[in-house]
Amino acid sequence: MSLTDIMNITLMQGFAGLSLFSVLLLMGLGLAIIFGQMGVINMAHGEFMTIGAYTIYMFSSLTETFLPGFASMYFPFAIVAAFCIAFVFGWFIEWALIRHLYKRPLDTLLATWGLSLAMQQTFRSTFGAREVSPTLPDWLLGSWAPAEGLDIPINGLFVLALTALVTGGVLLALYRSRWGLRVRATVANRPMANATGINTSRTDRLTFAIGCGIAGVAGAAFTTIGSTGPTSGSLYIVDAFLVVTFGGAGSLLGTVASAFGIAQTQSIAEFFMTGSMAKVLTLMMIVTILMLRPQGLFASKIRR
Amino acid sequence: MADKKDPIQTPLTDEQRRKVLMGMAAMPAMMMPGMALAQAAQFPTAKVNTSKLAVTDTEVVVGQLHSATGTMAISETGSIQAEQLAIDQINAMGGVLGRKIRVIKEDGASDWPTFAEKSKKLLVQDKVACVFGCWTSASRKAVLPIFEKENGMLYYPTFYEGLEQSKNVIYTGQEATQQILYGLDWAAKEKKAKTFFLVGSDYIWPRTSMKIARKHIESVAKLGKVAGEEYYPLGHTNFNSLINKIKLAKPDCIFAAVVGGSNVAFYKQLKAAGITADKQFLLTISVTEDEVLGIGGENIAGFYSSMKYFQSLDNANNKAFVEAFKKAYGPKSVIGDVTQAGYLGPWIWKATVEKAGSFDVDKIAAASGGIELKTAPEGYVKVHENHHLWSKARIGQAQLDGQFKVVAESPELIEPNPFPKGYQ
Repeated sequence: MSLTDIMNITLMQGFAGLSLFSVLLLMGLGLAIIFGQMGVINMAHGEFMTIGAYTIYMFSSLTETFLPGFASMYFPFAIVAAFCIAFVFGWFIEWALIRHLYKRPLDTLLATWGLSLAMQQTFRSTFGAREVSPTLPDWLLGSWAPAEGLDIPINGLFVLALTALVTGGVLLALYRSRWGLRVRATVANRPMANATGINTSRTDRLTFAIGCGIAGVAGAAFTTIGSTGPTSGSLYIVDAFLVVTFGGAGSLLGTVASAFGIAQTQSIAEFFMTGSMAKVLTLMMIVTILMLRPQGLFASKIRR
Repeated sequence: MADKKDPIQTPLTDEQRRKVLMGMAAMPAMMMPGMALAQAAQFPTAKVNTSKLAVTDTEVVVGQLHSATGTMAISETGSIQAEQLAIDQINAMGGVLGRKIRVIKEDGASDWPTFAEKSKKLLVQDKVACVFGCWTSASRKAVLPIFEKENGMLYYPTFYEGLEQSKNVIYTGQEATQQILYGLDWAAKEKKAKTFFLVGSDYIWPRTSMKIARKHIESVAKLGKVAGEEYYPLGHTNFNSLINKIKLAKPDCIFAAVVGGSNVAFYKQLKAAGITADKQFLLTISVTEDEVLGIGGENIAGFYSSMKYFQSLDNANNKAFVEAFKKAYGPKSVIGDVTQAGYLGPWIWKATVEKAGSFDVDKIAAASGGIELKTAPEGYVKVHENHHLWSKARIGQAQLDGQFKVVAESPELIEPNPFPKGYQ
């Protein structure tokens, strides 16, 4: 094996870690808002991702049927639609279900788990039990090969860019907008925020809906690298909770750092040992660190 | 590759169409109640049912036990549909020994204890004459003790890892050696593969299959060497590190048994990493037409799959089957290997009952060996004394439209050998 080979593999392996990082971050981001900021354990988070994935699929089939010439263009619009649909649905779920359960976190867990099962069966009845595959535009397929033997996945680059965009947007909104201010105030001290004239129940609804919308975007992004089926969401939910818990609930920066740590450990370990062993190693590391630091990597400095 | 028209999309010739029409015209005659009654009288219930099964003068009750809900519904739907189609067709021909088949459907809900519970219900409470069902090995292992204790009869459609044989089960799919050995030999001979990279999901079927593959490659057939062997947890969706390992090892052949949602991620990421059919030879034992729906034809086109049945098989039995299936379940429906194996179950059972002249499970079990089916979509099949099927092995190449083009076929039926010597 030549030196360039090793160089290429190292580069590609580095990108593999980066790509896993962006996937984990995108998954964790919506949950970081809902679970981290609001403290709602949303077991149906994976299904909100699936909503996004199926939105892409619907757009893809509709474009194919009605506007074949539009096939290379539909994807960005479909992502926006994925956000909107998941947002509206999240808004509705908060109004119908979640808001009655803020004071009973364990019941929220049960209720959202039931919701996730109901949503899975709805997907199954609507779209069929089999997995589906949206037709992706050509520019998203294949690899970018800057040098011989070096292939960088284009869908990986795309997810990376999307993650950067969404993360930047969330950070900006949370720390530079009125909504962000209200969310942070509500998280810090609900009665006090109420007393200063913040409509906390409206803030909650908006926050929950935004979290769900981001899950929809995540789901849309995953159609480029993973599967779309009624139960696809359950593939991601464990990882999403892992990222948020490990990063420290309530800290967006923690979510970013934890996604990076988990992704790099997992991806490097996978290269040097078997896939199942790599998973074991990663989980062991997380458990150990959480035993030493139960509050996660970055604990938010809030008096509770 | 694409210049040859897919046989399924080729319109029927006039002669074929006439044959189909003649067949349809003949059906009402077969359904004549007088005839069925005459046949039923010829086989009095007291004689054909000595073990208190749910068989009357006009009706025989069978069970169907698959996952209609849960994770496995993705895979099991095809089997449910195919078994129902076969039963409907048998009923339209007058049933079995003059008795119409009535199906009791139970949902195993992708949960193995539920499978066990429902199988007990079907056997003890409903007293069904036989059960068509199960898909994963885990569900089969869960119901096996119950079928053996209550003396039921199970027709199991999935290709599986072997190492099992029971009086109470007929395996209509392939056991591991029937699927793997021919594929590997073909890869070595036709594709000059010398190094193999084995990839699978981490559970019993891929692990046993890869064990057999490794033995075959390294010691039995001495095809070359194994360049790597990797397993990933079910549901794993990130294969970039694995793909880099494959790139480092540069195998002549990737031999894959990845299943479920992982399957989709695996092929999408292979394509994204520049591993496509024009640069890399890949042979899989876990992708049928059903899975391609999720993977997308553009992500897998050009890769090869080792199965016993492909929807595109060019024979009269299969044409009739595909047409009937599409008529029943829509023009967009696809038929994978296991779906076809599910379709065989009711027909084999019917043939066995007629040979034994009885619905009794003991007599069915004894009469199963040697049962022949000339009308199987996959071609002629025969039941072995060990309750597995003699069947051919075939290699198909995935096409953009999600169908497979058959590129190789074993010349003879391959003997099922669930306990292969030298592979343990």
